[in-house]
Amino acid sequence: MRLQGKGLIDRTKPLAFRFDGTQYTGFAGDTLASALLANGVRLVGRSFKYHRPRGILTAGSEEPNALVEVLEAGGQQTPNTRATVQELYEGLAARSQNRFPSLKRDLLAVNDLMSPFFGAGFYYKTFMWPRAFWETIYEPAIRRAAGLGKLSGKHDEALYEKAFAFCDVLVIGSGPAGLMAALTAARAGAEVILAEEDSRMGGRLLSDAGEIDGQEGLAWASGVLAELRGLPNVRLMTRTTVTGAYDGGTLSALERVSHHLADPAGRPRECFWRIVAGRAVLAAGALERPIAFEDNDRPGIMLASAVRSYVNRWGVAPGRKVTIFANNDTARQTADVLVAAGVQVAAVIDSRADAPTTGDYRLYRGATIVGTQGRHGLEWISVRDANGERRVETDCLAVSGGWNPTVHLTCHMNGRPVWNPEIAAFVPAENAVPGLIPCGAAAGVFSTAGCLADGQRAALAALDALGRKAPTLALPKAEDGTYAIHPLWAVEGARRAWLDFANDVTVKDVKLAAQENFSSVEHMKRYTTQGMAPDQGKNSNVGALAVLADATGRAIPETGTTTFRPPFVPTSIAAMGAGGRAAGFAPQRFTTSHAASVERGAPMIEAGLWYRPSYFPRPGETNWRESCDREVQFVRERVGVCDVSTLGKIDIQGADAGRFLDLVYTNTFSTLKPGRVRYGLMLREDGHVMDDGTTACLGENHYLMTTTTAAAGLVMRHLEFVHQALHPDWDVRFISVTEQWAQFAVAGPRSRDLLNSILDEKLKPEDWPFMACGPVRVGGVAGRLFRISFSGEHAYEVAVPARYGAALFRDLVARAETMGGGAYGMEALNVLRIEKGLITHAEIHGRTTAFDIGAEKMISAKKDCIGKAAAARPGMIGPDRDQLVGLRPLSPGKAIGAGAHLFKQGEAAKRENDQGYVTSVCWSPTLDSHLGLAFLRNGRARHGETIRLVDHMRKTDVLCEVCDPVFLDPTGGRARG
Amino acid sequence: MAELIALSATEGLLPLTHGALTLAGAAPDRITSVQPFKGKEAAVTKALKAAHGLGFPAPGRALAKGDARILWTGRGQAFLLNADPAPLAGLAALTDQTDAWATLRLTGPAADQALARLVPVDLRPAAFGAGSAIRTGLNHMMAVIARVDDGFDIMVFRSMAATAIHELETVMKSLAARG
Repeated sequence: MRLQGKGLIDRTKPLAFRFDGTQYTGFAGDTLASALLANGVRLVGRSFKYHRPRGILTAGSEEPNALVEVLEAGGQQTPNTRATVQELYEGLAARSQNRFPSLKRDLLAVNDLMSPFFGAGFYYKTFMWPRAFWETIYEPAIRRAAGLGKLSGKHDEALYEKAFAFCDVLVIGSGPAGLMAALTAARAGAEVILAEEDSRMGGRLLSDAGEIDGQEGLAWASGVLAELRGLPNVRLMTRTTVTGAYDGGTLSALERVSHHLADPAGRPRECFWRIVAGRAVLAAGALERPIAFEDNDRPGIMLASAVRSYVNRWGVAPGRKVTIFANNDTARQTADVLVAAGVQVAAVIDSRADAPTTGDYRLYRGATIVGTQGRHGLEWISVRDANGERRVETDCLAVSGGWNPTVHLTCHMNGRPVWNPEIAAFVPAENAVPGLIPCGAAAGVFSTAGCLADGQRAALAALDALGRKAPTLALPKAEDGTYAIHPLWAVEGARRAWLDFANDVTVKDVKLAAQENFSSVEHMKRYTTQGMAPDQGKNSNVGALAVLADATGRAIPETGTTTFRPPFVPTSIAAMGAGGRAAGFAPQRFTTSHAASVERGAPMIEAGLWYRPSYFPRPGETNWRESCDREVQFVRERVGVCDVSTLGKIDIQGADAGRFLDLVYTNTFSTLKPGRVRYGLMLREDGHVMDDGTTACLGENHYLMTTTTAAAGLVMRHLEFVHQALHPDWDVRFISVTEQWAQFAVAGPRSRDLLNSILDEKLKPEDWPFMACGPVRVGGVAGRLFRISFSGEHAYEVAVPARYGAALFRDLVARAETMGGGAYGMEALNVLRIEKGLITHAEIHGRTTAFDIGAEKMISAKKDCIGKAAAARPGMIGPDRDQLVGLRPLSPGKAIGAGAHLFKQGEAAKRENDQGYVTSVCWSPTLDSHLGLAFLRNGRARHGETIRLVDHMRKTDVLCEVCDPVFLDPTGGRARG
Repeated sequence: MAELIALSATEGLLPLTHGALTLAGAAPDRITSVQPFKGKEAAVTKALKAAHGLGFPAPGRALAKGDARILWTGRGQAFLLNADPAPLAGLAALTDQTDAWATLRLTGPAADQALARLVPVDLRPAAFGAGSAIRTGLNHMMAVIARVDDGFDIMVFRSMAATAIHELETVMKSLAARG
């Protein structure tokens, strides 16, 4: 229920929201958790394993219990949303999760009755047999029963963002220490980013009363924030959790941009930041820890600091009769806050026998809680002290087991925190992350005055490291109390006392782990799953290891902590991969002919990042094969036009350019004359084929290398390596010119006629023999012409600067059509090259050698080249190798498939008898037969043999004749003619 | 004689305005890659100075004189913009790159904030002020980015222009929505 006159909420802005279908009202400034408590809702969830009724434990991002599904437009939903983080907006709809059929009547609560069987290690011991049942029956069943929220099952099409930021000083957290650090750094002129996880700056000042410099702490904070807001060198980031610390002063952060808005209106949901900071000041505060006692997980049992937050910040009384259980002075502080707010304090149970006795409430000193009752909400507790045991009626119990400094970020580069017995907590190790300076409560300083001073110290250290002069600021005066604590981790004798609420791990489970010799803290964690829930053990790690230390007879520092890893809070993959969904996965590369191809109805297929036309359908054609056959006939009988701009083009110049080409190619290029083109083969250092293509000599010491589309980047990288690492002294310079030129293949018996109709000067046949190249002019534009052929026909490739590509493609295609030909796509291109036995990366797939593809003679004996030595080694050549052959089905109409394997006739089609495999297949309209290219053991010696082709995937079994891979025009007369 | 029709790399895609940010085409008249041959670095600098009042830029830097500019684009490599490369013949490997790049100009007060969503480089004025040019990533693609008076010139592969514009527009819209 609401408390009059309390809280930082805006009571003039009521907000309607729904939880599990029931309508409630809250106010602007509420979280879902504070609004639910204000409406008297205590039961908000079911526990992970036992389906125990659970309520709200905390008031921050560490919440283990109050996880809900937030329902959004379009049937979307965000599971595992912490009600303590989710801000209220008009129309917010949330649903409890992990329960069936409803939150109050959850049938799976039967798990709780079975709990004696479900202890740690239960699954490992029980579901061992039969082995096959684990994946098919046990695990799915267990996963259904134990769990978190559900995803919508739809694509998350919402907008996410990622961003980079740079600053001199990143301050993490905006409590007294963070504000003081930010102010000190900002006044020194440093560029400052102040990141705060909460929607509002101020840290504990928002929840705990106390004076700073003679005014309310919050008023002091507002003054500091107003100054920071006015400075151009300061960026204030709220709703931004710093999630990880990485090398080089880089930190990651998750900004919740629009989760708090009913209508994001174009804003992203979240932004994942990478912040590079000269220095970072960690002022992230501390997290209060619970105490383990019998049935300490009932709705209504909360952390004491959370109770104070709900009272002071949100004006909500979390109960009518509140009790407090603590092992430190927090007990008194919390009681005072409640009394001041007019809430009845039923009793204060302080485990310390010497606890101070001030206060107008019933105090049990040296007492503990030994039991609680209330199925869907706390009703009473059992208190035991020296005088015995008694019941206290209460509907809200505030618990404090002390505070754990938020050391997480300091441990992200493998630093381990250090135990400080004075505050019974781990504090950051000295310089655990270079450039990250912990201060305030995060460093174990718990008084307001101490935090202010420590924040200033941290900022001065940061400024000093950055070489900046800092003004000396007078420290504001504030409370400088002491923090008296007597450790109490678990109440003795409890049957079931929860340590990890989120994963249902009890004291007994940890003791069992120790008993079964999982006594290392890392083993205990994995055996019990403690700390492996969405809260990553923020509420339970220290308590669990203290119990483990006790059970194994070791001290806490000796037992040590588990490893803290990023991210500090759950982070959606969508935010980290922002912009990468669907087509955003990679850039799309479009050729200049793209629009013309799409207009002609060509299905576009991806070739690397490029989009290329598969075929160009014409009216009346019912399937791709008809189009493809027609396009093949264009090239074989008339003329076809194809965009080949996607092939890599590398311009190579310099006095050592020829020598360089001789080194990277197996064959010789230094002898190539200007105006001529040569086919080249490139090996990797390990002797296998890397790539192939043609290289043209454009002039003295000036070459143009062509790579395959797929390997353009790879070849460029290889050339850079060879130059930079092997021969940096050679005078050779190269650069990609792929994007500069639009290049089109014009292929077929009538290709020269077509070109003569469009070139400014007609081609003289004697000037343009096969493998010639040179400058031409097209419509007044300077271009390049290459007489090369990937189809086996008389063919050219004509290149113009890319701005003219669209126009030239349309002009060429229109002329080809007039001549009875037209555009051809990738399918026809593939058929044309298979008919000619020309290879692509289907054949040079990384495991084939020059010998395998029948090109061993291309490795020049007169010079060295990359890969030459390895290519000649035993095992790389000889009859044991799978060698490139052609395949023709004995019945030409029988289809064969790439990927099929080859076997001797009469032998079983199994792995041991494998004779090779098929890499490329097509239907050849020219030869009226299916054709295949394959690698066959000692294949070149087996031409004429009948081989059995078996495709277990497509269920085909075809007898083929082994033949030369060049099916058509083996002497090459057509290309030369 | 019929002429070939020329289309720009950003034909039909620009300009765009969202909030205070504008993205427009800014193609230079001419782009030439300049890679000095071995031992010719000083001669290239001298020739650039004599012909265009420029020099060969240091890594991360750009030089300008009138319309002529030269941007550092990589190890031993620079792009000469709006200037005749003929005086460098024989001193450096030269290639015409005019049509290889789509040049986009992003202007407006929060231009650096928009780019900060795609580019992993410190673009704050102190680190990337006048005369800065860098070869870096624009989300998944490679880019050359140079500071200009009121914003940035972003050069990407011509074939990737549509994706680059789409990604820039997405962050421009998102920033405008954030207000």
